[in-house]
Amino acid sequence: MDVAVHTALGLTDDELDSIRSILGRDPNYLELAMYSVMWSEHCSYKSSRLHLRRLPSKGEKVILGPGENAGVIDAGDGIAVAIRMESHNHPSAIEPYQGAATGVGGILRDIFTMGARPIALLDSLRIGDQSDPRNRFIFNGVVSGISGYGNAVGVPTVGGEIVFDPTYNSNPLVNVAAVGVLKRENLVLARADGVGNRAILLGASTGRDGIGGVSVLASAGFGGEIEQSKRPSVQVGDPYEEKRLIEACLELLDKKLVVGIQDLGGAGLTCATCETAAKAGLGMDVFVDDVPRREPNMEPFEVMTSESQERMLAIVSNENVDEVLAIATKWEVGAAVVGIVTKPVEDANGEKVGILRIISNGTVVGEMPAASLADGAPIYDRPIEEPNSIAEYRSVDVDSLDLSIDVDSDVESMIFDPSVIYRQYDHQLFLNTIVGPGSGATLLRLASPEVGVTNRAIALSSDGNSRWCEIDPYIGSQWIVAESALNLALVGARPTAMVDCLNFGNPEHPSVMWQLSNSIDGIAKASLELGIPVVGGNVSLYNEANGRNIEPTPVLTTIGIRESVTEIPPTNRPNVGDSIFLVNAGQSVSLGGSRLVWSVKGVKAGNLVEVDFETHRLLIDTIIGVVSAPNSMGMTAITDISDGGLALALRDLVKGSGLGFTVTSPLSSAYLFAESPSRVIFAAPSSSGAVGYIRESGLSVDEIGVVTGSAFSYPTEK
Amino acid sequence: MSGRVAVVVFPGTNCEYDVLRALQRVGLKGELVWHGEGSLEGYEAIVIPGGFAHGDYLRPGAIARFSNVMSAIVDSANAGIPTLGICNGFQVLTEAGLLPGALQKNSGLKFLCRPEKLEVVSTSSIVSSTLVKAQIIELPINHFEGNYTISQEGYEKLIENDQVVFRYVDNPNGSMGSIAGISNTAGNVVGMMPHPERASDLLLGSIDGLSVFESLKFKIS
Repeated sequence: MDVAVHTALGLTDDELDSIRSILGRDPNYLELAMYSVMWSEHCSYKSSRLHLRRLPSKGEKVILGPGENAGVIDAGDGIAVAIRMESHNHPSAIEPYQGAATGVGGILRDIFTMGARPIALLDSLRIGDQSDPRNRFIFNGVVSGISGYGNAVGVPTVGGEIVFDPTYNSNPLVNVAAVGVLKRENLVLARADGVGNRAILLGASTGRDGIGGVSVLASAGFGGEIEQSKRPSVQVGDPYEEKRLIEACLELLDKKLVVGIQDLGGAGLTCATCETAAKAGLGMDVFVDDVPRREPNMEPFEVMTSESQERMLAIVSNENVDEVLAIATKWEVGAAVVGIVTKPVEDANGEKVGILRIISNGTVVGEMPAASLADGAPIYDRPIEEPNSIAEYRSVDVDSLDLSIDVDSDVESMIFDPSVIYRQYDHQLFLNTIVGPGSGATLLRLASPEVGVTNRAIALSSDGNSRWCEIDPYIGSQWIVAESALNLALVGARPTAMVDCLNFGNPEHPSVMWQLSNSIDGIAKASLELGIPVVGGNVSLYNEANGRNIEPTPVLTTIGIRESVTEIPPTNRPNVGDSIFLVNAGQSVSLGGSRLVWSVKGVKAGNLVEVDFETHRLLIDTIIGVVSAPNSMGMTAITDISDGGLALALRDLVKGSGLGFTVTSPLSSAYLFAESPSRVIFAAPSSSGAVGYIRESGLSVDEIGVVTGSAFSYPTEK
Repeated sequence: MSGRVAVVVFPGTNCEYDVLRALQRVGLKGELVWHGEGSLEGYEAIVIPGGFAHGDYLRPGAIARFSNVMSAIVDSANAGIPTLGICNGFQVLTEAGLLPGALQKNSGLKFLCRPEKLEVVSTSSIVSSTLVKAQIIELPINHFEGNYTISQEGYEKLIENDQVVFRYVDNPNGSMGSIAGISNTAGNVVGMMPHPERASDLLLGSIDGLSVFESLKFKIS
C-alpha cells in the first residue's frame, strides 16, 4: 500500500495499523476512504471524547441525551422538544454562502430525523475584523446563506448572536442551533433494526460535491493559499429539496412506516450505513450501483463518501417499501432501495459482529465491521499544558490601571444594531414568536400542526464569549452558562437543558487541549450547579488560520420551558418616568474580562470573579417569579448585565423604545463597564410590586436611574 | 354560508398552517388543497399563502402557474369567487395573469422581514371592506421580491379603477407608487405582499391583520 494514500486522506500511520489489525489484511482504497472519513476528528471526536464524558447529560426532563442526532427533552403534556447545535466553520471560511446554507440544512435534518418538525433556528456568528475585505465578504456571504436557505426551507430564524473580533480573521465561527417539536410517542431513532429490512435512500441524487469534507476540510487548519484548493470539498445546498424532504419524512414517520432513519451529513452514506447498523448490532449490504447519481462514472469510494446535501437513509420493512416510495413520489422526493440489513457474523472470539459490505457489479468491493467504522476510531489523550499567557493575564490588576475611560464614546464603540442581520431572516413563520431576535432570549409558543397550539412556551438563548474563556476557560465557561440561563429567566422560562458547540484551535497544541479541557470542566460545573444537563452538541477543532489558533470559544444554546404564557414578557417597553433598578449590586465586580479593557482599550489581561451559584439560582428563580406574574408586577423592561457591562445594558433596556435614561447614582466609570455575572437591571414605576417581591427574596434592589425622553445620561465622573 | 376556504399548497409553500390559524380566528374553515387538485368546487373563497412555491426557481410563481390547481383557480376567480394571494401567493397571481404587474427584487437587494405601516387606499376589495379609507394598519412583510412594478399606463388604470388596496407609508422595497396590495377590476381577486396572518394574535404583538380576514368573511356571507 502506498503510504502517501492514507496520509493524503488524513490518517496517521498508527491509524492505518489499527485498520490493518481490525481487517486482518491491508484495506483497499474504498475501505481506506471510508475509515478516513469516519475516523476524522469531525466524525469521531477522537481528541475530545475523553473529556466530553465529564459533561453531565442526565436530568429529569431529558428523554435523549448526547449520542443521537439530537437531544430530546420533555416539554410536558406528551410533547417533546428536539434540540441540536452544530458548527459549520471551515466550509463557511472557504465558501461563506454555501457553507452557512448547508450548515442550516444539516442541522435541520438532525431534527426531523427524530420525527420532530423543525420550528426554529438560531445562528451564532463570529467573524473577523470588518475593516478587512475578506472578513466583510465572509460576513455578507454567511448572512445571505442563512437567509437564502433558512427562509426558503421554511423554518424561522428566531435568534442568535453576532460578534466581530480579530481572533476570527479568516476563520469565522458559524454555529447553528435548531429546535423541533413532536409528540413523544412519535420519537424515532437512527437504528437499522430487523434483518432483511431495506435501506432506502431518500432525497437528492449523489454527486462529487463535498467528498472528504469532514476529513480534508473540517479536521485541519487553514494556511495561506491552501484554502482555494479545498473549495471542491464544500457542499452545495438546495432548500427546496430539503423542504420537500422534511414534509415527506414527517409523513413517513407519522404513518410509522420506518423502523429507523438517519440523515446523511458528514461522511455521507458511509456514516449513515455504518452508524445505523452498528447501533442495532447488525450488518448491512449496500448496493452502491443503485445509488442515484448526478454525475457519470463515479467510483464506489466517491459515492460512499460524497457529502451531497438533502439526503436521508430510512430503514423500512419489506412490506412497507411500496408505500414509502409512493409517499416520496407525492412529495417529488427521489427514493431508491440501496441496501438490506444483514445478520451479524461470529468472529474468531465468538462475538457477534455486524458487517458492512459494499457491493458493486455483484462483487463485494469493501467489507468492514460496521462498529469499527462508527465507534472504533482511536481515542487520544493528547498532551495538556497551561499556556504561558494565562499567568501573564493574571499578573495584571486591570482594576488599578488608568484606562482614560470616556463613557459615551466607549459605549458608542460597542454598539452594533443586529436588526440589519435579522431583518434578512424570516423570524415570524409559524406564528409562535412572542419575543423574537434582538432580545437576550427568544420566547416561542409551543405549537405545530402535529402537536396543536398550546399555552406552553420555550425560551432559547445562544451565548458565547471568547474573551472570558481566553482569560480563564474554566470560570469563563461558567459565566457563559450562567448568562445563558439567566437570559431564559428574563422571558419567564425555567432553564431545562443545553447544547454546545466547542470551537477551539489545533488539538495537537497542548495549550489548546488545556483550554478545551478546562472549558468542559467549567461547563460541567455550571451545568450541575444550575441543573441544566448538556443534551448534545459538537466539537470543532483546528480553528486556526495562518498559524494562529482562535481564542477558545465554547458557544451554548440553552433551552427553557415556560408552563403557560398569556402576555408578552417585559423585555423592552419602558415608559418615561419609570425608575431603573439594579438587582444584586452586592456581587463583587471587576473589569477583568470586560470588553472595555480587552477590546476597546486593548489591554490583554485580567482575572474573572467566581460565579456565586447560590445567588445565581436565587436570581433566576426570582426573575421567573416576577416575569411570569400577571403584568410582570409592573416591570416594563429587563435585561441582564453582560458584554459591555451596565453601560451597554442601560442602552439595551431602552432599545427600540426611542427613550433615554439618566443614571442618578454616583457609579464609577469602571463599575459601568464591569461584566461580572449575576446582575440584572429593570425598569418599573417605583411603586411597582416587582421591587418589593425581589427584595423579599433576599436580593438587593437599588434604584440607580430613571427612564427619560431621549438622551443617554451616564454619571459624569472622569 | 359554509365558510369553507381553500388554502392552496404547492411544494415549497410554508405559510399554509399560519393562514389556517388566522381563518379559524374569524370563524372561517380553511382546508389545505394540494396543487395537484383539479377542482375547487364547494369552496367559497381561495387563499394562496406565502412561501417558496416550487422553490421560487426561475422566478417566484413562474412554475406554480403551471400546476394543475391553477386552471381551477382561474375559473373560480373569473366566476367571482373571492381569491386572496399573500406574498408568494401575490407573485403566483401576477404570473398567472389574474392580477396586472409584476414583483421584482427589492430595491435594496436584500430579503426583508419587518413590520410596515400601510395606508388603506380602497375599501371596495374583498379584504378591506371592514377597514376605513386612509386608516393606517401595521403588518409584517417577509420577502425578497416584493418590489411591485407596472407600466405607467397600467398604473393609471389601477388608480382609475380603485384597484390599489394598500400602500406602504415608508416604501421598503421600491414598489411603484408604494403599492403593497392590489385587486383586479372586479375587486374579487387581491394580491398583497404583507402578511395579515402574522398580525392576528395579541400575544405576537398585533391583531391588525384580522380585519383582512374579517372582510373576507363578510364578503362570503
